[in-house]
Amino acid sequence: MILFENVSKTYPGSHEALSNVSFHLHRGDMAFLTGHSGAGKSTLLKLIALIERTTRGQILIGGQNLAGVTKRKIPYFRRNIGIIFQDHRLLLDRTVFDNVALPLIIAGLDYREITRKVRAALDKVNLLNKEKQLPATLSTGEQQRVGIARAVVNKPPVLLADEPTGNLDPELSEEIMKMFEQFNQVGVTVLIASHDLELIKRMQHRTLVLGKGKLIAQFPEEDS
Amino acid sequence: MRRGRTKKPEHASRKMQNTSSRRPGLIALIKNYFLRHMQVMFYSIGQLSRTPFSSLMTSAVIGIALALPSAFFTLLDNVQTLSLGWDGNAQISLFMKYNVSNSDAQKLATKLRMRQEVKLTRFISREQALEEFRTHSGFGDVLDVLEKNPLPAVIVVVPATTLDTPDQIETLLTSLKNIPEVDLAQLDLEWVKRLHALLETAQRGITILAVLLGLSVLLVVGNTIRLGIENRRDEIVITKLIGATNRFIRRPFLYTGIWYGLIGGLLAWSAVFTTMMLLKAPVNRLADLYYSQFTLSLPGLENALLLVFSGALLGLAGSWIAVGRHLQDIEPT
Ligand SMILES: Nc1ncnc2c1ncn2[C@@H]1O[C@H](COP(=O)(O)OP(=O)(O)O)[C@@H](O)[C@H]1O
Ligand SMILES: [Mg+2]
Repeated sequence: MILFENVSKTYPGSHEALSNVSFHLHRGDMAFLTGHSGAGKSTLLKLIALIERTTRGQILIGGQNLAGVTKRKIPYFRRNIGIIFQDHRLLLDRTVFDNVALPLIIAGLDYREITRKVRAALDKVNLLNKEKQLPATLSTGEQQRVGIARAVVNKPPVLLADEPTGNLDPELSEEIMKMFEQFNQVGVTVLIASHDLELIKRMQHRTLVLGKGKLIAQFPEEDS
Repeated sequence: MRRGRTKKPEHASRKMQNTSSRRPGLIALIKNYFLRHMQVMFYSIGQLSRTPFSSLMTSAVIGIALALPSAFFTLLDNVQTLSLGWDGNAQISLFMKYNVSNSDAQKLATKLRMRQEVKLTRFISREQALEEFRTHSGFGDVLDVLEKNPLPAVIVVVPATTLDTPDQIETLLTSLKNIPEVDLAQLDLEWVKRLHALLETAQRGITILAVLLGLSVLLVVGNTIRLGIENRRDEIVITKLIGATNRFIRRPFLYTGIWYGLIGGLLAWSAVFTTMMLLKAPVNRLADLYYSQFTLSLPGLENALLLVFSGALLGLAGSWIAVGRHLQDIEPT
């Protein structure tokens, strides 16, 4: 589902943020991406979401070579990828419901379907009772869950999360990770960047370790 | 909105609805498209009403910019009808040759009245002319000295109202001059010509003013939308991250621009209308003093539509420019 072949990324006027990274996540896999700060975790996720472009090598998502996704097609491509950010990136002047509905409004669904799907997504993150509230009235953990609901409301085949538990205490972090596992169990390919090694160890999923832009270790070893 | 995937039977349209929910037909797509536009339209007016004061300020600036040339044009129109109607002032005096008798002159007057370019004629016999001269000139005593009446008969010709340019009047004048019985045909066209020249100058000036003010409307809307885009930078980035197309992001800004212009147009029209209402009474009084039939005509419905339409169009154009220049630069990082 996510295939990296000798991918390198150099930011203009900067050193190599990723160098020669290759790995393969299968459909329905769940994996962690870890490494020190500045190792290139965020860069790797940005390449998948086409926020940045590779300098060398190629990336295939669901068999589609990202080099072939023109600027014009990027929005449609992104609708297949749910992204969750550390700072949740919610629209602060819209209710929880409206935030979660946004991907569906963008996709042009009609109102009834939107309502149904938003409720279903909010139900999955246990926020059904808060749909009319503004994000600012929620706790950090709840805000992060709204972000997750927004990322999955469209049922994208791929889910990316960049430090989704960075601001949360261990208990809440575990709860969030359990949610990701639930999405993974219904077939979503999940890739989570995190430097929380304790949590990663407990979760027992495949782990990619980045160091200074290189893929320095994988647990367990890649089998394909 | 009613295109759901309902399983339960629903009236007669059920079959079509189910078809369209599985594979949206053209009609459903069009319906959906309009529905989305309506939503954005109402969403953007909702956004504007959240900051009613600053929204109204922007619209008011647009309104004034549109009202100025519009008011001038309306006034100009009025002045034009005034000058075109000649208001009874355009008279051609035909002085008959000295040997033309009263009865011949009278016949000519009747004949002239038949012509299409002529509204009416008035015949002044030699004796009447003498009488008038005697009472008005103060040289009555001098005339008494003369043995014979020195004055010719005069036919006063009032041109038809259909002749509304100095050129047309001039043509009429020339043809009247060529009548054998006519000695002299006199018309003081100078003031009409001057007025026309003045009006043409004014018209050109107002047109230039209108273009400049239209440009300023573009700038005002463009700048307001640019600020709106700046304020919503985060929102734009986020919506781009979750798959929004440029078109989707652009739409509410374009509608906002349209609303600004449209409301501005309405304000402009009410300003012009109010101004004309306020001017109507004093102008009519003034006209009365000059024994004129002239009344100030108010801007009509088509004027209102034109103002609102051009406001909306300028608003759209202004926001289009701003959106084209500034939306492209905002990409997630
Ligand atoms: N937009 C950018 N421009 C230049 N350099 C960048 C940019 N983003 C990240 N980098 C650099 O790339 C490297 C990897 O960064 P990042 O992917 O954010 O690491 P991580 O998420 O693992 O902390 C860092 O050295 C960082 O300074
Ligand atoms: Mg990072």
